[in-house]
Amino acid sequence: MPATNDASTKAGLLRRADLQSLIDALQRNDYRVIGPTVRDATVVYDEIAMVDEMPIGRGDNQDGGHYRLTDRADDAVFGYTNGVQSWRRYLFQPRRTLWRAKREARDFVVEPETEPAPKQAFIGVRACELHAIEIQDKVFVDGTYTDPDYQSRRATAFLVAVNCGSAGGTCFCSSTDTGPRSESGFDLSLTEFLDGADHAFLVEVGSERGAEIAADLPLEAATGADRQRARAITEETAASMGRTMPVDGLKDRLQQSLEHPRWQQVADRCLACSNCTMVCPTCFCSTTEDYTDITGQTAERQQRWDSCFALDHSYLHGGSVRTSTAARYRQWMTHKLAGWIDQFDVSGCVGCGRCITWCPVGIDITEEAAAFSGDGVE
Amino acid sequence: MDANPNAATAVSSAAMADAMLPRRFHVARKRNETADTLTFDLAPADTSDGFSFAPGQFNMLYLFGLGEVPISISGDAEQTDRLVHTVRLVGSVTDGFADLKRGDTIGVRGPYGAGWPMDECNGGDVLVIAGGLGLAPLRPAMYHLFNHRDHYRRVSILYGARSPADIVYHDEIQRWRQQLDINVEVTVDHADLRWHGNVGVITPLVAKAEFDPANTTALVCGPGIMMRFVAATLERRGLASDRIYVSLERNMRCAIAHCGHCQLGPHFVCKDGPVLSHDRVRDILQIAQV
Repeated sequence: MPATNDASTKAGLLRRADLQSLIDALQRNDYRVIGPTVRDATVVYDEIAMVDEMPIGRGDNQDGGHYRLTDRADDAVFGYTNGVQSWRRYLFQPRRTLWRAKREARDFVVEPETEPAPKQAFIGVRACELHAIEIQDKVFVDGTYTDPDYQSRRATAFLVAVNCGSAGGTCFCSSTDTGPRSESGFDLSLTEFLDGADHAFLVEVGSERGAEIAADLPLEAATGADRQRARAITEETAASMGRTMPVDGLKDRLQQSLEHPRWQQVADRCLACSNCTMVCPTCFCSTTEDYTDITGQTAERQQRWDSCFALDHSYLHGGSVRTSTAARYRQWMTHKLAGWIDQFDVSGCVGCGRCITWCPVGIDITEEAAAFSGDGVE
Repeated sequence: MDANPNAATAVSSAAMADAMLPRRFHVARKRNETADTLTFDLAPADTSDGFSFAPGQFNMLYLFGLGEVPISISGDAEQTDRLVHTVRLVGSVTDGFADLKRGDTIGVRGPYGAGWPMDECNGGDVLVIAGGLGLAPLRPAMYHLFNHRDHYRRVSILYGARSPADIVYHDEIQRWRQQLDINVEVTVDHADLRWHGNVGVITPLVAKAEFDPANTTALVCGPGIMMRFVAATLERRGLASDRIYVSLERNMRCAIAHCGHCQLGPHFVCKDGPVLSHDRVRDILQIAQV
């Protein structure tokens, strides 16, 4: 994992025409390169080999329950904002086999799943997503117990950050202090300069590993003016956020408002569909499922993503604890914005806006949080 | 953030993999406690090492192909050659325990969680208050109290069961009762013709128990509503909320604070609990469906 050191002062300019060299350099170093590409009318992160597969010239229009890809007037490579997926699926797999067991007479033997973790490079990690990855590290690596699959994927993952040149309609990372500029935690970061024929990227180095790849790129010397320009781009982005999270005092207000009528009001709209938890880059709930073959001789234990919006998430003998949608929405939001801080010293929300965009009824977590501010709280 | 890859890889990969990997134990003994409750003695299948745990901790028990359930440990922590669990048959996994026979294999992960504060009990009065199967996680605490009886002043066990037929560890409770320096009180919600003891909820027993509120620790486990009323009664009698400990139950898939299921407000019941001091959970347990 990258560390901040004096390597971060190194930078260079990569011409748009040379962007392919980044993918090539990563592939030469045995990375499986994953980057943004358009599929099913949204930007997804998937394996790419060519820059041409990326969403060149595409932007998006986002609002509560609304996402549309648009055509930009320019050829920006990273002109889109967050798509439906986060990088979570490549570190914390949506479904995986934990182990298999084989019956032997009245006994059984347990065989651990030994599939090696892939060596992956992520191109286009936004600042909010870098923060989300660091937040999931706290869950899966920094606690008493470690998730070995997550840990090995995380340890080898090469992160190419992209500083946001524009904010999406549901973005609010300025108010959660998680973007739009990546200050650390990356191996390389890119800031896109869109100037017609001078289309280029300021490449900044964030780790030794990043420096090694950067040495493989046809970089031109970057000037102080380039760096100032990169900062000006993210400052402008910061000033154009679509939403604001009222973070001051929010934790206490939520934890003191567990019986507030607002929970029922939002539950009247909430479908408990769990979309928000599936697109969230920090949600970490999982469940386990057991499978046996038809002969009953082999059994398999799988882990898959789960959601606190599922009724059986809180199942105990006799029934579920959180039977109402109001209780489940309250669990999600108070955990994300309040309990998370008790557990991990950081909020679980990085301001990416996905839960707003991908909520089928357009429930807006910033609006719900604001409802607990000021006069709204009893 | 701790992003040091060297620190991460310093933990051996085998040790890491073990967290979700069950160890095999053989059923050494099986007893019926009640019509729907069984006690198993388990012996490790792959090692001669004993099983160390602290009173109040729990294990994840796996039945081949059926699934895994969190079950508190019910044996004596000083007898490490046998792992003892009492299981009530209340669901698709636990029902499978009825079919287990001596010599069968089950999977065990654990021990997990924070147990009873036995050190804090030292030098004072101890109240052990159990409702129903809540006696199961308290039994290791009882063994500890017996094994180190001279560390404590008055020791009282207050136990409530639904009916005389639902009393678990029946013979053992009778033996405890024969001990002259332990106070044992049992009550049942519904008596039958042969029952001549206390009838009714457990709170009247709590109200008249002898203890010094300034120097007492209460260990409480039972249904949620029982723990709430017991804690309220203890507080009315002057016992501080942070000297009352309750053992809580939540859905658990991993038991290592990764799966998110067992959360109760800011607490992971699997890691911060299952035993928590009452002052940490009193307010949140007043909230419905929390």
